[in-house]
Amino acid sequence: MTKYIVRRLLQMIPVIIGATFILFVLVFALPGEPWQGRCGERPCPPAYVDAFKKEYNLDKPLLIQYGIYLGRLLRGDLGTNFYNNRVIDELAVRYPTTVTLALIAIAFAIVIGITAGLVAGINRGSFLDTLVTVSTLVVISVPVFVIGGLAQWSILKLKLTDIIPVTATQGTIGQLILPGLVLGSLSVAYVARLTRTNLVENLRADYVRTARAKGLSKSRVIGLHTLRNSLIPVITFIGYEIGSLMGGAIVTERIFNINGIGGFIFRSIEQRDGVSVVGAVTVLVLVYLVVNLIVDVLYGVLDPRISHD
Amino acid sequence: MAKTERTAEPAAPLAAGAPLLEVTDLQVEFRMREGVARAINGVSFTLEAGQTLAILGESGSGKSVTAQAIMGILDTPPGYVTGGRVLYRGADLLKMPERQRRLIRGSQIAMIFQDALSALNPVFPVGWQIAEMFRVHRGLGRTEALERAVQLMERVRIPAARERVKSYPHQFSGGMRQRIMIAMAIALDPVVLIADEPTTALDVTVQAQIMQLLQDLQDERQMGLILITHDLGVVADVAQRIAVMYAGRLVEEADVIDLYGRPCHPYTRGLLDSIPRLDQKGQTLSAIGGLPPNLLHIPAGCPFNPRCRWAQPLCRTGAPPALAEVGVNRRSACHFWPEVAAAAPAAGLASPAQSETAGSDPAVLQTLGAASADALGPDGAQDRLAASDSALAGEQGATAVAPQGPVAAGGPALAGPTPDGGSADESEGR
Repeated sequence: MTKYIVRRLLQMIPVIIGATFILFVLVFALPGEPWQGRCGERPCPPAYVDAFKKEYNLDKPLLIQYGIYLGRLLRGDLGTNFYNNRVIDELAVRYPTTVTLALIAIAFAIVIGITAGLVAGINRGSFLDTLVTVSTLVVISVPVFVIGGLAQWSILKLKLTDIIPVTATQGTIGQLILPGLVLGSLSVAYVARLTRTNLVENLRADYVRTARAKGLSKSRVIGLHTLRNSLIPVITFIGYEIGSLMGGAIVTERIFNINGIGGFIFRSIEQRDGVSVVGAVTVLVLVYLVVNLIVDVLYGVLDPRISHD
Repeated sequence: MAKTERTAEPAAPLAAGAPLLEVTDLQVEFRMREGVARAINGVSFTLEAGQTLAILGESGSGKSVTAQAIMGILDTPPGYVTGGRVLYRGADLLKMPERQRRLIRGSQIAMIFQDALSALNPVFPVGWQIAEMFRVHRGLGRTEALERAVQLMERVRIPAARERVKSYPHQFSGGMRQRIMIAMAIALDPVVLIADEPTTALDVTVQAQIMQLLQDLQDERQMGLILITHDLGVVADVAQRIAVMYAGRLVEEADVIDLYGRPCHPYTRGLLDSIPRLDQKGQTLSAIGGLPPNLLHIPAGCPFNPRCRWAQPLCRTGAPPALAEVGVNRRSACHFWPEVAAAAPAAGLASPAQSETAGSDPAVLQTLGAASADALGPDGAQDRLAASDSALAGEQGATAVAPQGPVAAGGPALAGPTPDGGSADESEGR
């Protein structure tokens, strides 16, 4: 197991290098210049442009620039962006909000998603099953901005804004509940469907029949024998969802005016702020890789048939 | 009714005369979108303590469904028990509240399944799964239950049981997994053990070991064993009685040696003919033509009639022939069973061309009875039959019995229709 983890950690190195390099090239290839609009209504004077280029090593060839960046990255320095702010500070301000939002979304996915999936799966073919199947399908097919707008509108109409705020400018937990639900709605739907499918499938499995033949109670047959097997893929899915939600949510952040990672990256791209983009995305890639590793290790623990040796 | 409260001790002796398990007119149907499939249509049999009853039939004949109905583990929906009784020591399991039935299930009537890899839970250690029986039914603590699991694993001869108790099913070989299934089933000393094709998924050498283990355990604990199989070879060695199923009905029921020596139903005959035999080397292996009927549309009359070479117009209409006494302690559901019986190894028997009235001909009955008595003789195992049968045999000619001699001598596995008489019939059969 230790060997496996070490191997996976080592595999991250080429992934990080590859990801940063591609980002670097892409940012470089973007049309437009980072000093655009810095000099008011007129184009920047050549002297300013030269100084700007010199300061950020933009006068050097791409590979050299990348080498310099990588060297800094190895020392844990994400660089300073074109607004003279350290990227790490920019992230430190926003990342807690993004993480909180992601965790709230996942909490909804776990609580509502798994419960709905179980209810539907156990009562297959019933009204509740149809309700879950249809409503999750609706959620999956409707874009997030529609769900978000609808959620805000409903809260406003019901005059519940005091209890459930419709904006999250400060990013407190209370403010993030509604955005979390909206962001998590897709995960809720997927988790519910995945739980239901796996439960239905496992309830037909031979080992469930064995469990019944052993004279176990229905709750033990379903709650222990079937569930333990059915939830393995669900837990794995939730793990990967955490990884992707940690990357911010541009649309949800926009709708609820949340100052998170997604919006930061979006603005940085607009402003041709390459250092910020590469820095932020590098961190996201790292987070995603680590979460994936944790999920894979957990998978081996949950399912004894998976061996990491 | 002697429903003794069972402890961890082996089965208490039965009250005299009470059959262990008595299934009467069991009916099971599957209600599906395409219609109602009548999977079991009036199955009846009795199982005594220490007895092995084999239920034989093709896939889809209803053997496993019968077992599941007895266990009360039918998938409902779509499966429903719509009639009949399953008396366990005189108490009807089908009328019992689920709670009460659950206490019997697993602890007094246990079941072994076909494919142990899928029948064992993949995510729990095998020791845990065996120990669960003690924990749930006996309320033992974790350590004690696991200790009992180790003992059971040793009993079913799993090497290094103590080290392997924490291993998972996929870490065992097929034979070892089936031993674990068996250990789990016998954990609480059940009085009835239902083995649903326990050796089908195993290779031949392992099959023999597993069957031996089952037999040893049965002798040791005097369990009633219901052995569900499609393998006539397995049955011959182990079972005392055979019930042959076709399209959800019993078509023939007899003691093993009677059935092998002289099948009284065309389907049984077809099954026996399709066993590869050493003395038929180089000949085309006989098979039963056609397919078992779709249970949604069981043909009128005898369900076997489309595949039967004895079929007459009578077989194609009306109700299926009832399972009727055709000899001492044997029953067949065929209008023309005398012809079928006579067409078998026939040599010394009364004319093969029996008229329809032959069913009531006492000579035939007696000849059959005599044959069975004689066939059992060398084994000397089943005195209860011998007594009544030898009485019949004494009266009616020893000559009629003579041809059966080699059958008994050759052992039940090879016993069957004689090679020459059989193959000629077989070719027309299709």
